[in-house]
Amino acid sequence: MMALRERAIVSLQSMPSLPRHVRIQYDPVRQAFAVLSPERVFWPNDISLDILRRCDGRSTVGYIIAGLAADYDAEQKAVAADVIAFLQEWSDKLLVKL
Amino acid sequence: MSEPLLPPIGMLAELTHRCPLQCPYCSNPLELLKADRELDTQTWLDLFSQAADLGVLQVHLSGGEPTLRRDLGQLIAGLSARGVYTNLITAGINIAEGRIAAFAEAGLDHLQLSFQGARPATTDRIGNHSGSHEKKLETARRARAAGLPLTINAPIHCHNIEEVPEFIDLALSLDAERLEIANVQYAGWALANRNTLMPERAAVERQAEIVAAAQARLAGVINIDFVPPDYFAVYPKPCMGGWARDAFMVTPDGTVLPCHAAQTIPALRFERFGERSLAEIWTDSPAFNAFRGTEWMQEPCRSCERREFDWGGCRCQAMAIAGDAAATDPVCIKSPIHARMGMLTDETRRAAADNAAGEPFIYRRIRAVAELG
Repeated sequence: MMALRERAIVSLQSMPSLPRHVRIQYDPVRQAFAVLSPERVFWPNDISLDILRRCDGRSTVGYIIAGLAADYDAEQKAVAADVIAFLQEWSDKLLVKL
Repeated sequence: MSEPLLPPIGMLAELTHRCPLQCPYCSNPLELLKADRELDTQTWLDLFSQAADLGVLQVHLSGGEPTLRRDLGQLIAGLSARGVYTNLITAGINIAEGRIAAFAEAGLDHLQLSFQGARPATTDRIGNHSGSHEKKLETARRARAAGLPLTINAPIHCHNIEEVPEFIDLALSLDAERLEIANVQYAGWALANRNTLMPERAAVERQAEIVAAAQARLAGVINIDFVPPDYFAVYPKPCMGGWARDAFMVTPDGTVLPCHAAQTIPALRFERFGERSLAEIWTDSPAFNAFRGTEWMQEPCRSCERREFDWGGCRCQAMAIAGDAAATDPVCIKSPIHARMGMLTDETRRAAADNAAGEPFIYRRIRAVAELG
């Protein structure tokens, strides 16, 4: 009997990645990026896509937030709240691994 | 057409109607196709390639039992080469050692495994195949060993509705990412077996509460999708996301359909891949255009604020119960014959109760069609 998974909670030290059953793919027919997962296809907006692309399993959430704040010329605190909420939601749906 | 035609996103490929199980609610048609009617490898590969060109992003390989196709690895590789997300929907019986790992190697993205019961005796009885439960457990272990993500699919009816908490434990113990608690929909074989399958309303309500509590408790641990039974609903589901709106399916002989049961609508004629290209069928087939958008709708759908949410519900259910494929799905509380759904469930439950010994199932198999008369 294997140990059961537990719900993961996002922290600034988490290093998120996309699990094997989730992938980002450019769709030439619709000319947009799609996130493919079992049974569902998501069409992320530019910011969501930018967060997901940085989920490489090596970057911490803190590093991702700092990078996004710099790129979007936005206040780090506001970016942090949005990124953490986004990653928690996607982790709860098992679309992002923490 | 009230809206522009969009490219399809998903495709269900029924590679074969052959299956080692005989589940009495199978979504295949009553008239099953034999092996000699199945498309060959190259034709499926051509079809998949055209599907990818058309915009299909996800293909569900199903059946019957798709692993009975010896060329399944080749078909997966063909889809993977086109970047299509591939999902294998299997009963998980008699799959030779090493094949699941080979499917993963060929590019399979995800595996969905059915369990007819959470208890071995239930699984074996519903599928009419002794020892099947144990084989399914082994398939789940092999899928995880090959690194494949796993969905457990549990079709629910009155013979296993009380096992819902055990299905949740089973999915957790198998390390699945996802569990589908999918109540049987009464079309095809399930319609023929309605008297022996339909649960009581109280059991349906209990089940919905158990699932909702588990969804909340297990957020971030396992995804639980719940498909409630139509007959007990107030509003219809957006069946297939709307008729020929973003998905379609292909039968073993290449007939292209908007949904599983579409061939029960006698006025429609469906085309086969090969007679025409997939793109032509998707855009021009009169059967696909028959119920697209909202123009075809009658009242109360036509002026309903939900018309672009549920797209009028299920056309096949309208056909089966209202006798008119363009009628409002009778599941809808606004349907003039909605009361008939309540009468149907009451009658069905009475029929089941009268037969205390339990009427036998009409098991899914090719010769059973004649027995149905």
